[in-house]
Amino acid sequence: MYKILKAGKLAGNIYEMVVEAPRVAKHCLPGQFVIVKMDEVGERIPLTICDYDREAGTITIVFQPIGASTEKFTYLKTGDSFRDFVGPLGRPSELCVEENLEETRKKKILFVAGGVGTAPVYPQVKWLHEHGVDADVIIGAKTKELVILEDKFKAVSTNLYITTDDGSYGRSGMVTKVIDDLVGSEGKVYDHCVSIGPMIMMKFCCLTTKKYNIPTIVSMNPIMVDGTGMCGACRIIVGGEVKFACVDGPEFDGHAIDFDAAMKRQAMYKTEEGRALLKLHEGNTHHGGCGNCGGDK
Amino acid sequence: MADVLKKVPVREQEPKVRATNFNEVCLGYNKDEAMEEASRCLNCKNAKCVTGCPVNINIPAFVHEVKEGDFKKAYEVISESSALPAICGRVCPQESQCEGKCIRGIKGEAVSIGKLERFVADWAREQGIKPAAPAEKNGKKVAIIGSGPAGLTCAGDLAKLGYDVTIFEALHEPGGVLVYGIPEFRLPKLDVVAKEVENVKSLGVKIETNVIIGRSITIDELMDEEGFEAVFIGSGAGLPMFMGIPGETAKGVFSANEYLTRNNLMKAFREDYDTPISTGRKVAVVGGGNVAMDAARTALRLGAEVHIVYRRSEAELPARAEEVHHAKEEGIIFDLLTNPKEILVDENDAVKGMTCIRMELGEPDASGRRRPVEVPGSEFTLDVDTVIMSLGTSPNPLISSTTIGLDVNKRKCIIADEETGKTSKDGVFAGGDAVTGAATVILAMGAGKTAAKGIHEFLSSK
Repeated sequence: MYKILKAGKLAGNIYEMVVEAPRVAKHCLPGQFVIVKMDEVGERIPLTICDYDREAGTITIVFQPIGASTEKFTYLKTGDSFRDFVGPLGRPSELCVEENLEETRKKKILFVAGGVGTAPVYPQVKWLHEHGVDADVIIGAKTKELVILEDKFKAVSTNLYITTDDGSYGRSGMVTKVIDDLVGSEGKVYDHCVSIGPMIMMKFCCLTTKKYNIPTIVSMNPIMVDGTGMCGACRIIVGGEVKFACVDGPEFDGHAIDFDAAMKRQAMYKTEEGRALLKLHEGNTHHGGCGNCGGDK
Repeated sequence: MADVLKKVPVREQEPKVRATNFNEVCLGYNKDEAMEEASRCLNCKNAKCVTGCPVNINIPAFVHEVKEGDFKKAYEVISESSALPAICGRVCPQESQCEGKCIRGIKGEAVSIGKLERFVADWAREQGIKPAAPAEKNGKKVAIIGSGPAGLTCAGDLAKLGYDVTIFEALHEPGGVLVYGIPEFRLPKLDVVAKEVENVKSLGVKIETNVIIGRSITIDELMDEEGFEAVFIGSGAGLPMFMGIPGETAKGVFSANEYLTRNNLMKAFREDYDTPISTGRKVAVVGGGNVAMDAARTALRLGAEVHIVYRRSEAELPARAEEVHHAKEEGIIFDLLTNPKEILVDENDAVKGMTCIRMELGEPDASGRRRPVEVPGSEFTLDVDTVIMSLGTSPNPLISSTTIGLDVNKRKCIIADEETGKTSKDGVFAGGDAVTGAATVILAMGAGKTAAKGIHEFLSSK
């Protein structure tokens, strides 16, 4: 069992938990993720690592409930436990590797974070800051209340740009507009970009950076089952080749990814997820009529 | 009097009934049936069956005890060589191993060694008989990576010799392919796999789940920081292969590994478990091995019409004859000499069909099997909404890429000595699918056994 030392809300429906997992905390690096399973009957859910404390042996996870399983996570309180918590999984970010430090220091780096994807950007920027590497950060959110980790980012980023879709806080508009403004009209120069957020945001971010010839790394979060390199559910097409996000990724060259195929795959369990969520909220009251379950036949 | 040339028939669930449930297909022998079948054994002096068994169970001796009705003794004989008899009795390809060498089989049917092994193991479980932990421990720590058949066997053998053994398992349940791959209806998880894992634990073996070697900790760290004097890698086959045809990332295309994992490990077929599975109305399983049969029969039980699509003919099907026979009985449709060309998708990128082409057998290829070649102009569309690719696996690079000095061959499989399991790295041994590529449970067990011997020799001479 993996004890939850702290559970709380970051903003809106974005939750933060600090979980005791010494083996993971000892070895994880920015860019990696964990798989969390709540109880005996639960799904294996991949979640990004938002922070870690090697001495305390803890991992901080941040998530937004999207299906029945992540919704159930929100019922857990400080002092409860997850049945399973495995990691770190995936390859660490190439920026945050000691051996590459000399190369990394030469780079002008821009991070583009969106929504709950802001969380996994934090350990990367923090690591770079601790190793004396500058990095600018754009955080995008729907509205002011959904901007997360602002203070933490202020402490570690060189320049922090916040934008909201509705203009209620910071700049106004999508992250792509900020990139256009910074690079196009404000004279900023970047030669490396890391973008993490919803797939649709990463897709358009990549289209924008392509325009300016800025190599861009994205972190993919496709459907996964085991997460250890066995089931193949997380396959995505990168440069025309099949890659597995759990062992080859989760970070890939954003300009080589087939985002359209990836987004369609993402929707595979939409209806099952929706049905499971409905059942969780309303109990076992659904007996057909949806045309799918056959409960009325 | 029964025909001595024929096996005592084993009771099975009726095909029509079992096609709708996940209960075990084969019901096994009862005492009388087992004793009658055992009496068919000729008790050969120079028993060929033993040489056909990868773990060299003393088959005539245990069969003799069954004939005498001393099942406890029979269990003891099997336990000398195998830690997982209830599993092997169910999933070993006996027809090409022990039973394939049986003298009875020359003129008539071989003795049903597998079913007898299963009977003895099930009997022992029902009696609550467990192997005892060794009285003396030698205090030497050995780490086992992976709790599948290779790891469990290696761990069990080393524990019997007094070693302090810890198994590290990446998933949340121990058992490896026995829990995620082989379906419930062939190998019950709670009654058989969990019980045999318990037996290995009762020998003193510790199992730590949720540890992924190469990420949570490396082999070098296990040896340098956690005091393990030897390591056995039994991490399994790896990543599923795909064909590289158009439409393979569409919704409704799975690897057999994913389909089976959702259903077996995550128990998606049960209402009370959260993991979803898209069941499909018409399913094509591409491939002809045991894993393909497992995926097909699972889809059938979830309510689909199921086609096996295989590019060679029935004679070349790599699956066990028993599995093919069961699949046919249950109503799986075999589209042989057929190869997929493209998966067709609708406007939502969901599978709506699969274009296939007919094949014919040409000249023998490198494997000695006749090479299938396309019949020009024979394309047709198979009406399916789900495609399950069961084409084998390629090795997972996680351990080889994070372990200093561990050599792999050109297929990226770990190189290990056949006699000892030794790898290129001192103190590190390997066996099972991680070395050979995807093979069978019993071959992995054989490799686990070999490596246990190799590790014992290595640590004894240290």
